[in-house]
Amino acid sequence: MVTKVQGMTGDEAVAYAAKLVDPDVVAAYPITPQTIVVERYSDFVNNGEVNSSFIPVESEHSAMSACVGASLTGARVFTATASAGLALMYEILYVASGLRCPIVLAVANRAFSAPINIHGECTDQMVCRDASWVSLFGESAQEAYDETILSFKIAEHKDVLLPTMFGIEGFIVTHALERVETLTKHQVEDFLPAERKVDHRFCPDEVISFGSLVLQDYYMEIKRQQEEAMQRAYLVTKDVMEEFGELSGRKMEVVEKYKLEDADYALVSYGATAGNAKAVVDRLREKGEKVGALKIRLHRPFPSLDVYEALTGIKAATILDRSVTFGSPGTIMQTDISTALYGKENIPSLHGYINGLGGRVLTLPEIEEALEMSKNYNDIGMTSTLDWIGYRK
Amino acid sequence: MLETVHLSSILVKKLVEIIDVRINGRGGQGAVTASRLLGEAAIIEGQYVHAFPSFGPERAGAPVTSFARICAEQFTEKTEVYEPHIVVVIDPTLLEAIPVAEGLRDGGTIVVNFEGMKESLMKYFEGVHANIYKVAGSKIALEEIGRNVPNLVMLGALLRVTGLVKLESLLKVTTDRFKGVLGEKNVAAIKRAYEEVE
Repeated sequence: MVTKVQGMTGDEAVAYAAKLVDPDVVAAYPITPQTIVVERYSDFVNNGEVNSSFIPVESEHSAMSACVGASLTGARVFTATASAGLALMYEILYVASGLRCPIVLAVANRAFSAPINIHGECTDQMVCRDASWVSLFGESAQEAYDETILSFKIAEHKDVLLPTMFGIEGFIVTHALERVETLTKHQVEDFLPAERKVDHRFCPDEVISFGSLVLQDYYMEIKRQQEEAMQRAYLVTKDVMEEFGELSGRKMEVVEKYKLEDADYALVSYGATAGNAKAVVDRLREKGEKVGALKIRLHRPFPSLDVYEALTGIKAATILDRSVTFGSPGTIMQTDISTALYGKENIPSLHGYINGLGGRVLTLPEIEEALEMSKNYNDIGMTSTLDWIGYRK
Repeated sequence: MLETVHLSSILVKKLVEIIDVRINGRGGQGAVTASRLLGEAAIIEGQYVHAFPSFGPERAGAPVTSFARICAEQFTEKTEVYEPHIVVVIDPTLLEAIPVAEGLRDGGTIVVNFEGMKESLMKYFEGVHANIYKVAGSKIALEEIGRNVPNLVMLGALLRVTGLVKLESLLKVTTDRFKGVLGEKNVAAIKRAYEEVE
């Protein structure tokens, strides 16, 4: 396979990948650090390089509402946002999933106000975990590129029909130039059907109603259908990643295991932090320490079995979570992992660390320190701990 | 003037080591474009890159920083650069304003846009153990491009003294980015800095 390589920032990678998909409708409102996605894509529209209808809107609430409306006509729909923009979409996120609109949303993960901050943090996406959206994280511009394309295939799969979001961290991925192996339009056309397959949609020839009132009699059944779709999305995502791996030559899985086979200790993370965790593993392996890393790429549906299989036999897991939750028994990712592992044999102690908020850098030596703390907790028999690291005490 | 391409010792010893470059400039001088094009040049050579600006409340004229992390092999590190191997100073007035050698690795390389004698530059780096180079970047930019935009000019000097990427690669990404006369002028300026660095 001849691979073409291009330098792109994470945002550009999303825009270029979306260009290959050429969705029918793109409705988006610009917000730092997602802005470049919208700017580039509107250039493509303006220059006639894509066939997409671009709907400029006055807010993210309207962006997602326009996406829902477009999706119900059977259109393939894409949007992008960040932070406050995602929060403003929140109400309509549930409408999108409840109406089973397979919209794809790119999130440039950014901290919430207040205080106002434009930098990288994944809380914005994490708090959407219950909205019945498939949710993925990416580590690099390459993963942003790949996830843009494969998200459409997951979302639109007949067994799923759920909206899908994927996140890359603000600036450190969205605005950083990296090497990206690109695909051709032809490759993407082979991977993704030219049009969405829809059984029911708004169209002038069909009498149909969406979004009707459903009270005690059927509401819960509809929610249960969403849960079943979400469970199927786990298997579909695995299949789609495998297929995309064959297409691109880049192996991808819902979780990425790095030097975990013989490891005693594991660094568990997602997004860009996973890259730093792997760098720490390399450093420590050179010193002969048995350390590995686990990257969680699919957060919803949560890949419980894969996480269990990856962490079984590990003594202590250091969970680096670049999102914040207050008054919780663990970090957001930690509570998911705890639930997935609870009661099983041969599982590690779990040590969650809230870090990197508002773009704060967690350095490689700080990651090593966290690992040491976890070892010490494990040595004295503490099976579950929660700390904040990398802040002024 | 240098007789041959001088590879800085850090590059010769460990070819697969990640090389961290910091570019210090002032808002509006193109520090961000410089790190981007340096990164693009490395990418077209098959190298791996993480090049990024430091974003804050900067505005025109304020000190700004951008970074390029470059390696022949794939790497996954995505932290900021605190201990660069190489520092490029785009604006000479920064010598008085900020500690431009801060964090620079022992034996690293620093390339400064400086018009005076090398001796008068050295006084800013007392106690700094580094390979220090200068080129009259602003003068070259004014003469070749017609504007004081010495960002890519400084990269020409950088490549001569570090061999971080090939000159041809930088020229290619420059003409891809700046079409027509502007590209040609930048190419001439880069080449001149490549020759005149000392």
